[in-house]
Amino acid sequence: MADSAQPRSVVGLFGTQLRREIQTTARSMEEAVNPLIFLFLAITLFALSVGGGVEDLRARASGIIWVLVLLANMLSLESLFRRDYDDGTLEQMLLLAQPVFVPILAKIVAQWCLSGLAMTLLAPLAALILYLPTNELPVLLLSLLLGTPALSLFGAVGAALTVGLRRGGVLLGLLILPLYVPVLIFGVGAVSEHMAGVSINAQIYWLLAITMLALTVAPFAVQAALRISVEQ
Amino acid sequence: MVAVVEVSELTCQRDGRELFGALGFELNAGECLEVRGANGSGKSTLLRCVAGLFTDYAGTIETASSLYLGHRLGLNLLLTAEQNLMWYRGLRGSADSISEVLSRVGMGGYARVSCQNMSAGQQRRIGLARVLIGQCPLWLLDEPLTALDATGQELVASLIQEHLQGSGAVLCATHQDLQVPGARTLQLGV
Repeated sequence: MADSAQPRSVVGLFGTQLRREIQTTARSMEEAVNPLIFLFLAITLFALSVGGGVEDLRARASGIIWVLVLLANMLSLESLFRRDYDDGTLEQMLLLAQPVFVPILAKIVAQWCLSGLAMTLLAPLAALILYLPTNELPVLLLSLLLGTPALSLFGAVGAALTVGLRRGGVLLGLLILPLYVPVLIFGVGAVSEHMAGVSINAQIYWLLAITMLALTVAPFAVQAALRISVEQ
Repeated sequence: MVAVVEVSELTCQRDGRELFGALGFELNAGECLEVRGANGSGKSTLLRCVAGLFTDYAGTIETASSLYLGHRLGLNLLLTAEQNLMWYRGLRGSADSISEVLSRVGMGGYARVSCQNMSAGQQRRIGLARVLIGQCPLWLLDEPLTALDATGQELVASLIQEHLQGSGAVLCATHQDLQVPGARTLQLGV
């Protein structure tokens, strides 16, 4: 019997996976919203606890926002492959999808929309809480918009490696936080350089370069890591 | 006769214990092979080796493209039966009708029912429905009779026979008799 499955188009495969992610999210909204609530709770805690008045808070605002975005992103990454691993759809995806990195990329894009992109869109509110000057806001948004995709992409590699472990949460942090350091440096750097009145081109180019590197490498690394996790 | 699976000199160890050594068999189109053996004798591992989900073995496995139905059914319980099967159809790139496939496994009225509201046996049937999508030559079934009632078990037998008649092949790990006439048996752990 010939295998009657048609050659799969890459766009069709991407769309199939993206549709599934949207359907799953629609039925588990709390999982998507919790990291965002965490972000705002933590920002409020900083606003309440950093002493020294408005000027101090303002100077540290971009750093606080970026660090909390990293941590909140990590929270949402832990569940990226968890459900699919537990119910067996992950192994089916690895067996049936050709090429496998396409649905993987769709999963990461969906995760980014709910974490990095959502956090970027909510950043003005965070900036307001921390008294960041409004003229710094566009730079903060730009740095988040360019930097957060790299967080999701690198983070997905860690999530794929730890999905087979029962308590992978802390290990996930240890694996991916070092990879987040360059993004953090250039993201925060862009805002502080702009505050100091210096050109931010270098920082923006670096963020773009890191995101491009992540986009090129991460889907394949995730694919390899998932195969290892599924074999256990 | 076209060989769908050819396994030779297959040796597999897990946790320092040999599951099977120098295992060899051939499965042709239209044949069904029941893999039998005690718990832990390596039935599931053999199927996972053939599926390509476990690669830590010595020996060679040559196989046509296969569909694997394991203990984990591959159903997202948050989604409906239809949404789950649509995803499979998208991955396989086939154009089979979902409602037709569902009615073949006796779940015709359940397209819009969320899988978490189904019983274990009903979830099994939805899992079975997905092997019918996209006409794959080789089915790898790991204990397909689990949680199924008497009619469900007959259903599995009839689906397997249909598949064999369409010159497909089935490799099936099971403890119970599949009731498929002409099925060969491979005993593990002897």
